[in-house]
Amino acid sequence: MSEIVPPEVRPKPVVPAKPSHVAPPSGAPFLPSPQGTGGEGRGSALLGYIGIDTIIEQMRKKTMKTGFDFNIMVVGQSGLGKSTLVNTLFKSQVSRRSASWSRDDKIPKTVEIKSVSHVIEEGGVKMKLTVVDTPGFGDQINNDNCWAPISKYINEQYEKFLKEEVNIARKKRIPDTRVHCCLYFISPTGHSLRQLDIEFMKNLSRVVNIIPVIAKSDTLTLEEKIEFKQKVRKELEVCGIECYPQKEFDEDTEDKSDNDKIRETMPFAVVGSDKEYQVNGKRVLGRKTAWGVVEVENPNHCEFSLLRDFMIRSHLQDLKEVTHNIQYETYRARRLNDNGGLHPINSSGHDTQESNL
Amino acid sequence: MEELSSLAIGDCEDAELAYTMRDLPRAGHTFPGSEMPMMDREPDGSTHTHTPGTATFTRPLSRSLEPELVRRGQLSSMGSLDSPMSPSRPKSPWGRFDPYDSAEDQDKEYVGFATLPNQVHRKSVKKGFAFTLMVAGESGLGKSTLVNSLFLTDLYKDRKMLNAEERISQTVEITKHTVSIEEKGVKLRLTIVDTPGFGDAVNNTECWRTVEDYIDQQFEQYFRDESGLNRKNIQDNRVHCCLYFISPFGHGLRPMDVEFMKTLHDKVNIVPVLAKADSLTPEEVRKIKMKICEEIERFDINIYQFPECDSDEDEEIKLQHQELKGSIPFAVIGSNVQVESQGRRFRARQYPWGVVEVENPEHSDFLKLRNMLVRTHMQDLKDVTRETHYENYRAQCIQNMTHMVVRERKRSLCNRGRDSASDLPVPLVPVDSDTERLIWEKDEELRRMQEVLERIQEQMRHGH
Repeated sequence: MSEIVPPEVRPKPVVPAKPSHVAPPSGAPFLPSPQGTGGEGRGSALLGYIGIDTIIEQMRKKTMKTGFDFNIMVVGQSGLGKSTLVNTLFKSQVSRRSASWSRDDKIPKTVEIKSVSHVIEEGGVKMKLTVVDTPGFGDQINNDNCWAPISKYINEQYEKFLKEEVNIARKKRIPDTRVHCCLYFISPTGHSLRQLDIEFMKNLSRVVNIIPVIAKSDTLTLEEKIEFKQKVRKELEVCGIECYPQKEFDEDTEDKSDNDKIRETMPFAVVGSDKEYQVNGKRVLGRKTAWGVVEVENPNHCEFSLLRDFMIRSHLQDLKEVTHNIQYETYRARRLNDNGGLHPINSSGHDTQESNL
Repeated sequence: MEELSSLAIGDCEDAELAYTMRDLPRAGHTFPGSEMPMMDREPDGSTHTHTPGTATFTRPLSRSLEPELVRRGQLSSMGSLDSPMSPSRPKSPWGRFDPYDSAEDQDKEYVGFATLPNQVHRKSVKKGFAFTLMVAGESGLGKSTLVNSLFLTDLYKDRKMLNAEERISQTVEITKHTVSIEEKGVKLRLTIVDTPGFGDAVNNTECWRTVEDYIDQQFEQYFRDESGLNRKNIQDNRVHCCLYFISPFGHGLRPMDVEFMKTLHDKVNIVPVLAKADSLTPEEVRKIKMKICEEIERFDINIYQFPECDSDEDEEIKLQHQELKGSIPFAVIGSNVQVESQGRRFRARQYPWGVVEVENPEHSDFLKLRNMLVRTHMQDLKDVTRETHYENYRAQCIQNMTHMVVRERKRSLCNRGRDSASDLPVPLVPVDSDTERLIWEKDEELRRMQEVLERIQEQMRHGH
């Protein structure tokens, strides 16, 4: 797969800039304050420009060099368009299906876990994207506990990370295979959540960040969409299921208001497509039917662009942080309590250290 | 004149010609050897109301029986011009549909029973039709909406949808809605059998068992009624057709679909339907239909087969027939909402990117399905149910009972109990008691003769 994507001219993501009064970082090392360093202005009354803000630029440079990894898991019945959506999200053929493009895969008898990794680059930033697919979920006649293999996989990744962390000779950058985000695909019946959906989310919402999406939503009219979303939200509330972004992790009011807006529109009703068509002289990604073209990136047609902006452009880092600080810590605490402390394992480089580039 | 009694067995529309013949009025002159009893002569052309739907015409009393000269061509070319009335011929009530209407028929002498199909038709129309349709499939595939669109009714007006928590303990139910629809004087008593809860649980093993039991129950009910004493007003609740909804979101048939169809393909006519087809592009529809057809063949599922066209049908009809066969499974869309556009109102689904018309043949196979179900194949569906599925069930049932009978008899013979007939559980099938008695008598005779023989043998031995 193409690893070097020509950097498109994209608008900079809208990052909620907390300190809005700071001048844009100049990139040059900080200017010496006229009064010299040290002993000046205690608290926040700065008498000159120090250049603390340039730390942002330094971090940015560092991140660009090292890149970062992001692991996303897609869960849902077969045929709901999971692979297509992931391909559309990351604008390249990153999912499992891309290799063979054959839609004749037999439904596996048990839930399998298949992960595919790619490195994609944009604007000088490299991202190692891993897509974990779960074929066989919810496809059998008897789907009892079909979420067990998924739960096991997620915990295994936490365990791996924990082992690395607890090592005496730790690696500089622990390879992060923990699942940062789980996209759960809801079938667009228009009535309500299925039992299987509720069971899955109940079992896994405390273990991983779940973002529910309504798959193939071009089958719902506008009114049906609104009604369905309301029903789904209500049912999630009644069952006590907290999807990402979780209310309890909102740090301040600004976060809260941002996230509240997101929570109002969740679950996102999405449509995925990898084909382009001419509409009004522009080439757009869409699905062409006998009665019109469904434009994937048109917010009037579906909420794909909302999902993409939310997941990638504003909350990507947050997803990773919540996974690391909360989900992982919960797991760690539980493990350490259970075992009365882990023994540090002498790792002799058994697995090849994969750099994050 | 006496009223025509209703037919002896079952619904009017099931009746074959023989029954109609039997019940035609006895009044009038019956000629020796003629198939059909003569109707009343009414020179002035008015018909008696006593025999609805029968033609009246005159026949000279002295003529011999004319061989039948029914011409099929005659019947199909209805709508011929009104022939000049010969003075002896009263005005036929069939009007346009009189098969003897053309000019050349006026001079020939016909018996006249070519009007029988008309008579059957007229009677059926008066009595009305009954049709039972079952819809099965996961919830959320648009079954109720499709039923409403098909029959232009609102059967599911105040449906209360259960939320997920309530549905946890729900099992598969069977619900029946009956509605009487009338169109151009023809009455249809439509029963829709729904299967809420099917395929909704996490563990759906054997969720079709309820459906299977329901169908069997209806067969059993009919079987009992048919074997009973009062057969005049049997209610036919047998399921004539089952629309099975396949989800468009999968890659073909799911394991549950296969299991359901395999269990029921010998009990009911299954018509597979691809639900919510407006979520697929034309290319995708084509692909998934091909996949489903291939899987149906692979798993040996016997879906309802359309009867073959006769070789002398029009090319156009043959073409239509081919098209119909090639459209299985029907990709359908339903809608409860009417949309107004360009001055007309029609059922449609309105999206931001376009409007999907339910009855537009380019948008879906809805029209094909409706035509098939209502306009062309309704009678055939009922016939197949009656002749094939029901007969299979009946044969199975009788076989089971015969086995029971045989076993019982064997057992009682072993016990040397001679009155085996009375020990048997009374089967529904009337066992011929005369033959039983004869057998028993013969057995007795044999036994007596054997005794006599033994005595003679004794005497002979002692005599030596």
